[in-house]
Amino acid sequence: MKYVHKVGCSIENLKGVRDFIRVSLKNHGVADLEISEIVLALDEMCSNLMIHAHHCNPEDLFELHIDIDKNDPVVFEIVDDGTVFDINQFHAPALDNIVQEKRKGGLGIRLVKSIMDKIEYQNRSGRNVCRLIKSVHFQ
Amino acid sequence: MIHIRRIQEDGADVIALIGEIDASSSIELDLAIAKSVGEGFEKILVDCGALEYISSAGLGVFMSYIEEFKDRGIRMVLFGMSDKVWHTFSILGLGELLQIGKDKVEAKQMIA
Repeated sequence: MKYVHKVGCSIENLKGVRDFIRVSLKNHGVADLEISEIVLALDEMCSNLMIHAHHCNPEDLFELHIDIDKNDPVVFEIVDDGTVFDINQFHAPALDNIVQEKRKGGLGIRLVKSIMDKIEYQNRSGRNVCRLIKSVHFQ
Repeated sequence: MIHIRRIQEDGADVIALIGEIDASSSIELDLAIAKSVGEGFEKILVDCGALEYISSAGLGVFMSYIEEFKDRGIRMVLFGMSDKVWHTFSILGLGELLQIGKDKVEAKQMIA
């Protein structure tokens, strides 16, 4: 089953994004702890996109697609027209460095990479597609 | 959306977080902690009992104070987290870097 959520790039919309993910996964009996991990990773990806690629412009829209088939890994796609920031090219800073440099950022990439099984980028009909894949347990 | 309440108990500043902290609200957590430090508190307890969600933006705020607190001798203990919120801290190994107590009683013992 496919779910699509279209959202403007205002960080005020992150709550709606999280609710969309929670409800979609819950419909398919995904375990609560797995849902909360996935929400965390996608919140990070979406907030990065809103802030860095779209400068929080609420007129800019992106789409979040969720493709769930029982017994297959769940595929999440973030589709937009902004600048691509490939997190596979970015090395998450060590925790020690974050602490020493009193940085507030840098944790997110580490989170996404540790939660998702696979992250890939594609160009489809001129649009950027970031695919995040995660195996889950269906109850 | 986050509501933050501060009360003072036994010389400690207790900051209660109610709701969700994400990229749009992490600034409020930052301001609350900065205010507590600005008012001279050396013992800060963060009540996470009604914290429903925290994103990396919120975790980053706690991380950003670790070094400063070490230099200035300020103790901060978080307590009352749900399993879900605790899991978020533990994915990144922050349980090792931050002081986290089970409940307020334990948190008070940790900063005593």
